[in-house]
Amino acid sequence: MIPVEFDYLAPASVEEALAALGEHGDDAKILAGGQSLLPVLRMRLNAPEVVIDLGGIASLRGIRDDGDALVIGAMTTHHDVRDDSLVREHALLLSKAAAEVADSQIRHRGTFGGALAHADPAGDLGAPALALGAQFVIAGPGGTRTVEAADFFVDLFETAIGDDEILTEVRIPKHTGWGAHYEKFVRVAHQWPIVAVAATVRGSIDEARVGLTNMGSTPLRATATEQALAGASATEDGVRAAADLASDGTNPPSDLNGAADYRQHLARVLTGRAVLKAAGA
Amino acid sequence: MTATQDRPAAEIGKDRRRKEDQRLITGRTRWTDNITLPGMLHLAMVRSPFAHATITSVDTEAAKASKNVVTVLSGKDFGEELGVCINAWPITPDQKTPGHSPMPADRVAFAGEIVAVVVARSAAAARDAAELVDVEYDELPAVVGIKKALEDEVLAHPDLGTNKSALWVFDSQDAGTGGEVEAAIEEARNGGIVIEREYRQQRLIPAFMEPRSVVVDPTGEQLTMWSATQIPHILRFALAATTGVPESKIRVIAPDVGGGFGGKLQATPEEWIAWAVARRLMKPVKYTETRSESLMAAHHGRDQVQTLTLAADKDGKVTALRVHLDADLGAYVAIVGGGVPVLGAFMFNAIYKFPAYRFECQTVLTNTTFTDAYRGAGRPEATYAIERLMDELAAEVGVDPLEIRERNWITHEEFPFTTVAGLEYDTGNYEAATAKAKESFGYDELRREQAERRERGDRVQLGIGVSTFTEMCGLAPSRVLGSLDYGAGGWENASVRMTPLGKVEVVTGASAHGQGHETAFSQIVADRLGVPFEDVEVLHGDTQVAPKGLDTYGSRSLVVGGEALVKAVDKVIDKAKVLAAHLLEANADDLEYSGGRFTVRGTDQGMGIQELSTATFAGHDYPDGMELSLDADATYDPVNFNYPHGTHLCAMEVDTETGAVKMRKYTCCDDIGTIINPLIVAGQVHGGLVQGIAQALWEEAVHDESGTLVSGSFVDYLLPTAADTISFDVVHTDEPSICTTNSLGTKGVGEAGTIASTPAVVNAVVDAVRHLGVNDIQMPCTPERVWRAIHAHDGDAPTPQAAMPHFEEGALNQDEGAGQ
Repeated sequence: MIPVEFDYLAPASVEEALAALGEHGDDAKILAGGQSLLPVLRMRLNAPEVVIDLGGIASLRGIRDDGDALVIGAMTTHHDVRDDSLVREHALLLSKAAAEVADSQIRHRGTFGGALAHADPAGDLGAPALALGAQFVIAGPGGTRTVEAADFFVDLFETAIGDDEILTEVRIPKHTGWGAHYEKFVRVAHQWPIVAVAATVRGSIDEARVGLTNMGSTPLRATATEQALAGASATEDGVRAAADLASDGTNPPSDLNGAADYRQHLARVLTGRAVLKAAGA
Repeated sequence: MTATQDRPAAEIGKDRRRKEDQRLITGRTRWTDNITLPGMLHLAMVRSPFAHATITSVDTEAAKASKNVVTVLSGKDFGEELGVCINAWPITPDQKTPGHSPMPADRVAFAGEIVAVVVARSAAAARDAAELVDVEYDELPAVVGIKKALEDEVLAHPDLGTNKSALWVFDSQDAGTGGEVEAAIEEARNGGIVIEREYRQQRLIPAFMEPRSVVVDPTGEQLTMWSATQIPHILRFALAATTGVPESKIRVIAPDVGGGFGGKLQATPEEWIAWAVARRLMKPVKYTETRSESLMAAHHGRDQVQTLTLAADKDGKVTALRVHLDADLGAYVAIVGGGVPVLGAFMFNAIYKFPAYRFECQTVLTNTTFTDAYRGAGRPEATYAIERLMDELAAEVGVDPLEIRERNWITHEEFPFTTVAGLEYDTGNYEAATAKAKESFGYDELRREQAERRERGDRVQLGIGVSTFTEMCGLAPSRVLGSLDYGAGGWENASVRMTPLGKVEVVTGASAHGQGHETAFSQIVADRLGVPFEDVEVLHGDTQVAPKGLDTYGSRSLVVGGEALVKAVDKVIDKAKVLAAHLLEANADDLEYSGGRFTVRGTDQGMGIQELSTATFAGHDYPDGMELSLDADATYDPVNFNYPHGTHLCAMEVDTETGAVKMRKYTCCDDIGTIINPLIVAGQVHGGLVQGIAQALWEEAVHDESGTLVSGSFVDYLLPTAADTISFDVVHTDEPSICTTNSLGTKGVGEAGTIASTPAVVNAVVDAVRHLGVNDIQMPCTPERVWRAIHAHDGDAPTPQAAMPHFEEGALNQDEGAGQ
């Protein structure tokens, strides 16, 4: 399939990119890894006049240690997030989730920031980012601002990023030594998750963070479960009551892969499993 | 001269790597979409978003004014030169067959039907302009789903007055091949066992790797069509028959074709439109579909509701089988669309000795994509039904599913055996295949583990599924096809051409699209003619190179096309013998032929076939009366189908908390007679298994109530990849039952894996949770369906007696709206 004709811009810096965005406004789309945008263009579900490719901006790639947080450049690929030793040490949950994104080819092209900015509720990175309390650094014409994860995801495919802004990096508070597991439920390996649960725990279990994928129009955090897990024992019986709270307040879709009530059932079962695996039980 | 003695003793049975793969894998070949001709124009189709609507106007002005657009044509712009899409198999004399224009001018009958075509100088320009074509529709009510269609309240084609296209019946009492079904069922209701079930064959999409593509070149005296098709010869015939162009002016080429699975056994609207546009403009044109178009508008497969009644005595010996099918044709009766379910008529009785059998098939029209052949075509549906029923019977009797089969199957001493459906099975050995499969599978050990898991109430339960399948393949004896009102024969043609320097060109009328003909046919010729494998070149897929043929489908290429080839080779040897006798100054009766060489018995004198070929080219010395050529061709019409069979065993783990299923082990022991190339056979079996497993677990084409295809991309239409399958355990019987109706003893294998595996998998899933009150799970067995089946009876009374009819209440564990 052939996309509608568009102009292609490849700015060399964030400033240039912002200037281009300022000039073309609504007519422009940002291209990161292209794993979601290109299919959309090819299927003619969107027809921007200008595509601004961030691929040439070196400063947007890479992962660095910034004291009590890791900073992940928006254009860092899933593969690099998965493989990074800092991520493994301080945010193991992200490494585990990045390893589960689609397939190897996509993980080498798709980017961490691109996926989060796309905000597909079935995307694998929103729930772990939310669970880890990520902060989103967004550059705009007036400078840079930081948005908390809880405020970043607004709705289906909608985030706090403004039309004239670009997500440049994501700060992940360190969870050094926390166990982690991303439990993804699919029918075939390359599928978007029907439901997935991102869990990371300190001790077994002193403290827990749980995020849910595809259980509503945005990634969700299972706060009731988290509270009930504090001090729970890392056994099936010990986590059951907390896991049963995971579907509270969720509003999952119904489609060919499952009705909403089945997804809520899955969320409860998978939360129990994810937490136990995260705790090493 | 090539030293023929360097040739290995036997090519047949050798694991030859496919000679075609280097070019296919490296892309050093030409697919239809790669073909670019001078001045070529590109087509884009405008398709109806509505399943059923009157076309009130087509405004092409904006599209015509678009950059690089040559013209835009809609249905009313064409006359008879557009031709029609044909139905070659009207299954009854009174079949209701709606007219099928490639581009209707007045009314569309499914979402995706073409209403206009844009012709432009680039594919991009054509695509851009297609969005500017303004079509106004008056939407009509659409009928979607078999059960709705049978109600005849909303009509797919109002002019026909009904959605019911044809009712085809076979009754063993009428045919004289068995007893009366109703009496046997009544008898079983009093003291015997009656199993009544409704099974659904979901709609599937062939999803070949290479999308369909067609190029038409009207330059020159002959019009040439390149198409990614399985059937170049049938296309030529159909183009001539429907568009008024003489056959002799038509050349159809199927270059390398990337898969078909029946999905490219069609005379498509797209081909006919490209043909008409090229003729109208006298310019070469190309059309290549997008994947979205392919999923929506290339024909779909399966889609049946099966109402089944199996009667048996209390020991589980079967006494009768009654089958009623309702089959969804979609919007039109496609080229063999009506016949596909009828092919199943002969296979429901499978390997079992049913004394009485009745089969009815009601085809219905709906406002959905038309359906037609898909790998196995009629036989997977039949095999699924009977193999599921045999497991149900075993459960009812309380014996192992293999035991119930053994009580009912044809024993190896009973061949040849005429079945209740009237076919004569020449050979088979179900005992041997089952014994070998059981051993390789570790059947008893897995049964023990299953019992242990049940005993301790394990979260993950284990199930074992059995499928002892057979099929009829090698389509087909022409007279049999005639008796079924099929619009063509089932013969195949081959020719062998000896070149001046001793190479061998083999021309076959079969048309490979991934099967490996070039390799397997080379092996056959190498052995039979006694020449090196490398010296054989197989040519096919071009009506100018291979003028006669009936193409590739129905596991026919080897068993029909291969036999034609053998006969052609034998003629070459016979012709060469005359020349050899002359040149060796010997009596022809004293010559023997072996290893590509004639030798004079009792002497060291001899001459190779390749030398003889060169001698023919020179023509300097040959006997009077001999035609100066060794070339020969042969047409072979099979005398019977052939009947591969096998025992497939599948172990599935079911997570009872989530409904997730996971394959643990899969063993198949197929008896396919003589194997030409074990590596190709393994590939066919592996691919076939995955395709059948995919029906059991993953694939399902879903239209919503308005007739829109919901599973319109690979996001929703789930195809498995290597990551979703396991390593299969593929074995064969030690002493295969050699087919007796062809000289190589071969049986078809192209569809076997697909036919056998679907029921094996579903039987295994059901077996894993049968103790939880489950006796059926609708395909595909999604985790949600499995989970709901397990919990459907939570708190219910026990399952009703299986001997009680329960069609009225709807089959157990069926989704609401099943069969729609």
